[in-house]
Amino acid sequence: MLLIDFGSTYTKITAVDLAREAVIGTAKGFTTVETDITEGLQRALDDLYTRTGKLEFSKVLGCSSAAGGLKMVAIGLVPELTAEAAKRAALGAGAKVLGVFCHELSDYELSEINALEPDIILLAGGTDGGNRQVILRNASMLTKLQKNVPVVVAGNKSVAPEVVQLLKQTLSDIVHTENVMPKLDKLNIDPARQVIRRIFFDRIVKAKGLDKANRMVNKLVMPTPAAVLKAAEILGMGTENEPGLGDIMVLDIGGATTDVYSIAKGEPTKSTVQLKGLEEPFAKRTVEGDLGMRYSATALLKAAGAKKIAGYAGQSEEDIIRYVEKIDSDKDYLPQTVQEQQIETAMGKACTALAAGRHVGQIETFYSPCGSAYVQTGKDLMNVTTVIGTGGVIVNHTQPEQVMEGILFDKKAPYILKPQAPDYYVDGQYILSAMGLLAEEYPDMAVRMMKKYLTKTLGGKHSGIKK
Amino acid sequence: MQKEKIKVVLGVIGADCHAVGNKIIDYALTEAGYEVVNLGVLVSQEEFVNAAIETNAQAILVASLYGHGEIDCRGLRERCEESGIGNILLYVGGNLVVGKTDFSGVEKKFLAMGYNRIYQPSTLPEAIIADLKTDFA
Repeated sequence: MLLIDFGSTYTKITAVDLAREAVIGTAKGFTTVETDITEGLQRALDDLYTRTGKLEFSKVLGCSSAAGGLKMVAIGLVPELTAEAAKRAALGAGAKVLGVFCHELSDYELSEINALEPDIILLAGGTDGGNRQVILRNASMLTKLQKNVPVVVAGNKSVAPEVVQLLKQTLSDIVHTENVMPKLDKLNIDPARQVIRRIFFDRIVKAKGLDKANRMVNKLVMPTPAAVLKAAEILGMGTENEPGLGDIMVLDIGGATTDVYSIAKGEPTKSTVQLKGLEEPFAKRTVEGDLGMRYSATALLKAAGAKKIAGYAGQSEEDIIRYVEKIDSDKDYLPQTVQEQQIETAMGKACTALAAGRHVGQIETFYSPCGSAYVQTGKDLMNVTTVIGTGGVIVNHTQPEQVMEGILFDKKAPYILKPQAPDYYVDGQYILSAMGLLAEEYPDMAVRMMKKYLTKTLGGKHSGIKK
Repeated sequence: MQKEKIKVVLGVIGADCHAVGNKIIDYALTEAGYEVVNLGVLVSQEEFVNAAIETNAQAILVASLYGHGEIDCRGLRERCEESGIGNILLYVGGNLVVGKTDFSGVEKKFLAMGYNRIYQPSTLPEAIIADLKTDFA
């Protein structure tokens, strides 16, 4: 079986021998989405065949983040409620969320949405039987869009038919589904996720010229981040025949963004804590656009502060600032000296610390006449046992745990509910997204193969996951 | 077609974790045919307003039992106005101030803050239900 990940730069392929449950080989070629996406794929295949000999595949599946990935805009009513629920649904579907809009859209915001050129718009607002005016008004605003963008309607069910009718006046691609927040603080994102994935598969792939791949691929199933989320989910939960690893987190540090995934209920680990706010998805994905190793290096410096990175690296703040300027002017620059390598490690650790801190929940203490009361918002991930790292700075590191340790619970900030003592694993062969695709057809095998191919870090020594 | 239930947001404001009365009022109002969006205890003003907007509630029922009600409740009407739900009914009840204070003074203070109905300690749910009936007649 052949599994393909059409990335924005590289097309990565993974050939799997289903009988032996083994990776036969991996290869990559430059993505050629501007001309014909199959050219880059063919080059990757040729590269693979030089090492494995000619292969025949029973099935070919692909995921894609090429041509900008799946770009979405989420619209809701209250920022912390339906707008947040809509954003989580889009992230869970593997989208790149370009913007989140709330309350009644203005003409300025409509221009902004036009300029963002989303592939899909998710329109939410109001609980079931709740606010009607805002989603109706936003639907009529969206009829003035310059492009015929597909819209997923996932708001107050009581007005869904009117909302759909309004939108259909000027837009042809309207799908309605269940409300992302049917009751206050209840999250219901799976139906919207499914619909978004179907639209991606049916229409977006074609619109981006990715459908040319269909000559060689049976199915371009989903956006790449959705495949990674699927892989994480199945590895954490396991299947009927193959036990999972329990609560896990995945950390993906890229040049432009840092993505964090968690597969866990995240309920309070202490009995005196009460939970508040919008429910969290069991399989959660967050993306930090200001934390990255290259395109976002300057933004990372601003977000973390030179002092923090300098502290991690054991170097001066001036050195850090100079190095960031250097990689900002040459995005392909790779560290040449031990000192530069230390700064890279520190930057990676800062990406991890900040992205994980934003992903996990927090505890707030109220001092009241009735004693101290503890309120948790978001997920308590202190008991997460497994953290899987991927992305260049981790995979190419001789001691990847130096980067991944940024995920750890910090005694100086005990209200941030990060993992306390997880084991670290590295996706050295970049198989996570491939395993998410494999899980579509062979879930048990995907779990077994991940256990086999993800490597545990022990001060730079790798060993396989305990069976 | 069934008449839509009147919807109210209910909660205990501020750093107050008195949960028992909250559950009693929730139960009584639900039994009386109202739809109760219960935010529980330790509720901030912002949470009350957000919940009312998203669920399209017609009234916010604020409880405060630990004596800091005056500080916690001040500005809720203005926050509602700011958020576009300035006409929503606001009820407030409990031990709204510390110590033994003449209730009429307390009532005056909270009416001036923009609350529509003010209840003294140990008011029974029936009184609230009767007022809701009147206000939504």
